[in-house]
Amino acid sequence: MSGELKIELGRRYRFAASHRLHNAQLSAAENERVYGKCNNPHGHGHNYTVEIRVSGRVDPATGMIANLTGLDAFVQREVLDAFDHRSLNEDVPAFRNTVPTTENLCIEIFQRLKSFPEAKLETVRVEETSNNSFEYAGEASGGKRP
Amino acid sequence: MVYLTRKIEFSASHFYDNPAFSPEENRRVFGKCNNPHGHGHNYTLEVTVAGEPDPATGMVLDLKELKEILEREVMQRMDHRHLNYEVPELQGQIPTCENVARVIFNLLEPRITQGKLHRVRLYESADLFADCYRNGASGARNA
Repeated sequence: MSGELKIELGRRYRFAASHRLHNAQLSAAENERVYGKCNNPHGHGHNYTVEIRVSGRVDPATGMIANLTGLDAFVQREVLDAFDHRSLNEDVPAFRNTVPTTENLCIEIFQRLKSFPEAKLETVRVEETSNNSFEYAGEASGGKRP
Repeated sequence: MVYLTRKIEFSASHFYDNPAFSPEENRRVFGKCNNPHGHGHNYTLEVTVAGEPDPATGMVLDLKELKEILEREVMQRMDHRHLNYEVPELQGQIPTCENVARVIFNLLEPRITQGKLHRVRLYESADLFADCYRNGASGARNA
């Protein structure tokens, strides 16, 4: 029983957005081959679920790593307001030149949330559908467990 | 290494109040969780044990034994109880998801003798949970 106990707080959020997987560097035929029906020029949408985990000291006065009110407001401002009921390709600057796969979406959300001041962002996991999920823990995470 | 996870559910009531705070400060910090009459949740607890399967049984540990440990240490202590008043291990602590997860980890760790308690994940609702594990275990994968 070595090592201190570590506590992480997990929170799930939802947003709905459209996207199209298309790489302008590739030919039309190649885009069709790589992305299949996700290359449909009119785009399509998903109900995304974002699960984040943050870690930190549990404040003895509140029993909390971070006050949920503050965390929820931060995620609302940094992610949900920017992504919900939007086109990821058209409305999110990061995806003007980057294909909005859920892999890239995880990374973008991590970048937007890593400056949360009250706790350390550990991981971002995005469910594109209930059958597909992707997780990113930052570049320095190495073998960080899901 | 194999990671085995068992899930149980229990229902309990609680509220958040720090006697060192003024009533206004308690309301500001804890919001509706400060209601002195309390409120409740259906908690879901996932307990993950890490170990090598015993070649003779193919098991990391006997699930029946884990079930009995969870019944004794968690269900009997917390199910249909008021966490502020009826769980001595939480006395003097705000019964947040973080603190309840830590208390459960501390209760279970010495009881699990086959394999090693890897992680306790406690869901207070589908959208809010706390994970508790030993820091040294953070590099390991789990299910």
